[in-house]
Amino acid sequence: MNKMIRFIPLVLVVALGIVLYRGLSLNPQELPSALVGQKMPAFSLSQLQKPEVTLTEQDLKGKIVLLNVWGTWCVYCKYEHPYLVDIAKSNRVALYGLNYKDIREDAKQWLIDYENPYVFSIFDPTGKLGLDLGVTAAPETFVLDQTGTIRMKHVGPIDTKVWTEKFLPIIETLEAEQGAN
Amino acid sequence: MLRLLFVLSIACGSWLFSGDAIATDTYQFDDEVTQKRYQSLIKELRCPKCQNQNLADSNAPIAQDLRRETYELLQMGKTDIEIVDFMVKRYGDFVLYRPKVSSLTYVLWFGPGVLLVIGITIVVVLSRRRSKNKKNIALTAEQQAKLNELLKDK
Repeated sequence: MNKMIRFIPLVLVVALGIVLYRGLSLNPQELPSALVGQKMPAFSLSQLQKPEVTLTEQDLKGKIVLLNVWGTWCVYCKYEHPYLVDIAKSNRVALYGLNYKDIREDAKQWLIDYENPYVFSIFDPTGKLGLDLGVTAAPETFVLDQTGTIRMKHVGPIDTKVWTEKFLPIIETLEAEQGAN
Repeated sequence: MLRLLFVLSIACGSWLFSGDAIATDTYQFDDEVTQKRYQSLIKELRCPKCQNQNLADSNAPIAQDLRRETYELLQMGKTDIEIVDFMVKRYGDFVLYRPKVSSLTYVLWFGPGVLLVIGITIVVVLSRRRSKNKKNIALTAEQQAKLNELLKDK
């Protein structure tokens, strides 16, 4: 019995080591979104390039939707931009933008200077819809199913790795669901 | 001992004053009670981006937005619970510096207490065993007699 007690510190240190080692590979910025499984929050905002057009959550229904939160002030948005262009061209999903806390003229110019991958962009200068979506910064991307329910949220830029590891599985699931209905 | 007291007093001092960082934006309140509620809410709520700061301490854009939202919700006459629920619905339990008691957080809430009880139990058991051992050390009359004899020889 007493001999066993000698090993308790060793066991504790090894257990602590395992816990801490695991902690090294966790990203604290990656929070579970409170909105996954919920309906897209209601909104009524103008379209970025056509201020006279009012958009609501109904405009995002009926397809597999990627809603990408972006802004001209956001460095990583530029990084993920070419990937978004490719995604839009693939036609597997409908890619919409949420122009978050930006200036309308700057944002319009940004889309001219680079390339506009979005079907349309929702203009949210005060960040009100962003707040309802639990957005903490750009870029963030939401995946919505055909009924307008949020199925996944990704914080940070999209690239090939993120796309194949995180987005493709959920999109395949959604396509299978669509086929079943 | 004196050194320990000194360290403790510094630790307490920095803890006492740490809550007094002031956010740069100023909001006007109709009454002092609402202002107090606002102050305590922004200290209780955590900034989702700058994760080791509360809303009061942080000047990240998202913290500014959430402070404005807190202010607006207070002006609309929402209760503290409603405001906290509003934040949790959008940013998850993560925004609470004092997490709710749920099956996920039992370890967090009761773990320290359980560890303390285990520690006390171990200390008590060990000290009892030691005092029992001491009693066993005492020599029997026979052993004592033998010892005396051995010592006499020298």
